[in-house]
Amino acid sequence: MIRMRITKRKPLPKWARVVIPIAAIVLTLILSAIPILLAGGHLWKSYFYLFYGALGTRFNLLETFVKASPLLLTGLAVAFAFRAKFWNIGAEGQLLAGALTATVLGVYLDGIPGVLVLPVILISGFLAGGLWAAIPAILKTKLKVDDVVSTLLLNYVMIHIMGALLFGPLQQPGSSWPRSSAIIEAARYPVLLTRSRFHLGILIALLAVLVIWFINKRTIFGYRSKAVGVNIRAAQFGGINTTAVILWTALVSGGLAGLAGVGELCAIQYRLIMDISPGYGYSGIVIAMLGNLHPVGVLFSSLFFSVIIVGAHTMSRMTGVPTYIAEVIQGMALMIMLIFLLFTEYRIRVVRK
Amino acid sequence: MGEFFEAAFISGLIGAMMRMATPIIFATLGEILAERSGVLNLGIEGIMLMGAMTGFIVTFGTGSLWLGVLMAAIVGMILGLLMAFLSVNLGLSQHVSVLGITLFSTGLAMFIYRLHFGSPTVPPIVEPFKQISLPLLSKIPVIGPGLFTQYSLTYLAWLLIPVMSILLYKTKLGLKIRTVGENPVVADTVGVNVTVIRTLCLVAGGALMGVGGAFLTLAHQNMFLIDVIGGRGWVSIAMVIFGNWDPLKGAIGALIFGFLDGLQLRLQGLGFDISFHIFLMIPYLLTIVALIGVSRKAAVPAGLLRPYRREEKGG
Repeated sequence: MIRMRITKRKPLPKWARVVIPIAAIVLTLILSAIPILLAGGHLWKSYFYLFYGALGTRFNLLETFVKASPLLLTGLAVAFAFRAKFWNIGAEGQLLAGALTATVLGVYLDGIPGVLVLPVILISGFLAGGLWAAIPAILKTKLKVDDVVSTLLLNYVMIHIMGALLFGPLQQPGSSWPRSSAIIEAARYPVLLTRSRFHLGILIALLAVLVIWFINKRTIFGYRSKAVGVNIRAAQFGGINTTAVILWTALVSGGLAGLAGVGELCAIQYRLIMDISPGYGYSGIVIAMLGNLHPVGVLFSSLFFSVIIVGAHTMSRMTGVPTYIAEVIQGMALMIMLIFLLFTEYRIRVVRK
Repeated sequence: MGEFFEAAFISGLIGAMMRMATPIIFATLGEILAERSGVLNLGIEGIMLMGAMTGFIVTFGTGSLWLGVLMAAIVGMILGLLMAFLSVNLGLSQHVSVLGITLFSTGLAMFIYRLHFGSPTVPPIVEPFKQISLPLLSKIPVIGPGLFTQYSLTYLAWLLIPVMSILLYKTKLGLKIRTVGENPVVADTVGVNVTVIRTLCLVAGGALMGVGGAFLTLAHQNMFLIDVIGGRGWVSIAMVIFGNWDPLKGAIGALIFGFLDGLQLRLQGLGFDISFHIFLMIPYLLTIVALIGVSRKAAVPAGLLRPYRREEKGG
């Protein structure tokens, strides 16, 4: 009888950590042929428009960055939390908390000097996301409530808080739709490149990559956060206040997701609507994993995802393949990446009995 | 407020509670089976959506509701098998690998639906299941009509609760499942095949989740919408913890959720001037509160989340 055995292997060299995600992406793209062909799309034409739609023209390329910025922020948010084994599945709700706060301030903050408006919104949006993430962190550390479940459930609580406000006090006067009034001019992110939507939020997201990298590599907090993730009991015996570390990790993680929400509101929509986020928070989980929880990895995987999402629209228009292919590809990418990561630690031997 | 206490209101509320609890009961039982064997199935939301979509399309195409339910179960089993491959055979992190399944199957469900129907302005509908009144029982005053005029799938869900309890606590297979979930090393030592048991539980659990999803498109509603599951899968995961991994207690949790869901609809109908979103929020909030209550004494299967590889005992 032939059986598969999975055994530990020696650690792979450093280059493997770069090669493996790329290999996973290539395999994902190859397997994407199955849904494309099922949809009756012409294979090469579909691939062509997938990439042309995302990278082919200056506008499309910049649009890919526009799409990448919320993904990068939620990806960083999840990666930072997962690194400390705080299983934050709630980036979606934290993003909405940020967007909601930005809306309230953006609509009503008319009295203060214009230059102060955006900083106030950014800080408040960060705090709103962070505090929303702190709830499950406190529940986890003080009351032992499973963080996966509580962060997930809180997403729905936030969606309904938003719904209640959009059908209530925040609703645009005279509108019957669940949408807020538009935010004031001073609350909008400046557009940095002409004839595009390349906005301030993209720089903020790139800056966040640097900041998270710096926290991870160069600060005591980053070290402690990782220690908690590797072995929480050992960290505790080692004198680390694990409760505080998890709480701060949650604050930063939720804050990053909150900034993603601020960006979507102040750079793209200018008013709050129910579907302000097409699941950026959930995509962030995949992006974090694909980026191996490393900030630079997250940067590249968010760009890859953005290419897929932006390109899928062009592909859909030109070939009739439904845009939901982008989600299918995301799911496949995550599973393939996880399988590939397994092979960096283990190898499969075929044994005969 | 007078009508609040009328028999018709109460019986309507009981009926709604039973209806809204049904998909949660299916999914909760499926999840209990998976978790009792030591695997946290976070694919639940996606599996339910695939079940809802499959059931709808098959019924739309063939006109047969039961064929739709059957195919939803089969699709749930296939996804359970995929999940077993990732988290049992390969032993990947259960938290994350399974979210991949949720994303993948959510995308796939929408993809297939669009492929099949395009983007119609009016969503296509099917002739849904009809409620069946049980003789005599449904004539009991006040509670009878609500409890005993229900969909056959609702009766099936209630039937499955004792079946699952007996399976887990009274059969040899149930003992094996619980042993695998508590301590895979011990199970392996006494000759129980951990891989087979876990795969079996995931596949059977997937079938239940698929049927739970199909209930939403074939009985509760008669169409497929993107947000048809609306977090019910995640609620079911919470119900498993709330119910301490016990089928009966989990079902009671599902019933409480169904009650709130039903109450929310009724109160809206009575024109209470509170946003319906507040009502929709309550079940999730209460679930979290309930989790706080039970989490400290939760009897988590000790082997939960631990992949089992023979070569590294204790995995």
